[in-house]
Amino acid sequence: MTRTFVAPATLDEALAAMAAGARPVAGGTDLVVGARQGKAPLPDGLLAIHRIDELRGLAETESGGLRLGALATHEDIVANATVREWFSALADASAIVGSHATRAQGTIGGNVMNGSPAMDAGGPLLCFDGSVILRSASRARTVAIADLWTGPGSTSANADELLISVELPAPAPGTGSCYVRLEYRRQMEIAVVGATAVVTLDGGTVADARIAITALAPTIRRIEAAEGALVGSDGGPDAIEAAARATAEASTPISDVRGSAEYRLAMAVVIARRAIAGAIARARGEHIPIPASPALHGAP
Amino acid sequence: MKVDATLTVNGTAYPVQLDPHISLLRAVRETVGLTGSKEGCDDSECGACMMLLDGKPVNSCSYLALQADGREITTVEGLANAEGLSALQRAFLEEGGVQCGFCTPGMLISATALLRATPSPSDEEIRIALAGNLCRCTGYDGIVRAVRGVAAPGLVP
Repeated sequence: MTRTFVAPATLDEALAAMAAGARPVAGGTDLVVGARQGKAPLPDGLLAIHRIDELRGLAETESGGLRLGALATHEDIVANATVREWFSALADASAIVGSHATRAQGTIGGNVMNGSPAMDAGGPLLCFDGSVILRSASRARTVAIADLWTGPGSTSANADELLISVELPAPAPGTGSCYVRLEYRRQMEIAVVGATAVVTLDGGTVADARIAITALAPTIRRIEAAEGALVGSDGGPDAIEAAARATAEASTPISDVRGSAEYRLAMAVVIARRAIAGAIARARGEHIPIPASPALHGAP
Repeated sequence: MKVDATLTVNGTAYPVQLDPHISLLRAVRETVGLTGSKEGCDDSECGACMMLLDGKPVNSCSYLALQADGREITTVEGLANAEGLSALQRAFLEEGGVQCGFCTPGMLISATALLRATPSPSDEEIRIALAGNLCRCTGYDGIVRAVRGVAAPGLVP
């Protein structure tokens, strides 16, 4: 088949190209790298979306939430003051994706639609109750992040649907969040094990808790048993330990080149403990630097 | 099918015709003819191919050349000026930041991107910024000294 390439300036043209079978590329940090590694050949019909202004932007919404245009890069996300203050776990994650070249080129839209169970930003987006707006030439729909990832590298989006934006509602007052990963190398690394915690304190009590695992199951997912171990507690060491253990118990990791399943399970407790403790500390107003990895490496 | 594009490399516009799957690295090396940027891993792990695209670092082995159409590309060949090597390039030579030299074009580009964004980086910031660039010869210390040496004076320990 003939190779084609279009780089339109408008969304309508892009959606028409999608309808005709073209597949989108933005920063290329997953699609092109994946082709180089032999995961999947580059599509014959390429739709470059980097010129489309309707896909840009990273801004607080009127209700205090966040709208991330598909083309928002990890560099944009880390630099955003609203993200750092109210969605700290997302800043923790975007700050450690790839290298500074990856963060300058890699977009949140591509990251989400790549569907990797090891993606750093995935746990934070899930725990912040994120949703995505998908559009094709014929319709638009909103899909909760929780319903988007269906397996390693697969999503519930149709082939002709383009991610337009990721939407996050405003977190409740008293919320702190943290993402921590186990890594062998400081940059160009993929999480061996990762954990996200988003904790809301009301007085001295945990009013709400979201805990998600990364690289510990076929998709990034929340662990209700761990969340239940925290809610209603004082957020102290015993509650954190119970939640961290529940996180590991619910994990179903694989063995691969980055770690054995046994090692991942052993580390899941440690990484979950650090993420939960970090989220509670931030909810209490304590300063933990962004990114929390490596700031919390060496913590209990 | 080849597609017409203009690659502007180090301020010079090159009209080119490219296959849609060609990487920016191959287009610059083989079509434009500037071979300073290197292919190390072809996998975005090593950073030897790093260029600046509109001033931002990019692993050019993993970026489609046609996406650079009409944008500003800077390679290692564009770092020197009329007076000779840039201060950073001289510092690499003086501090022993170069041995075999294969990683050097990417290291220089990566460090240039760092210094433009963060003129007075700490040693930790230098090491983080360059951690996407692998060097098998120097042990990195000479490279870090070179970058530290040209960071804004008086602010770095």
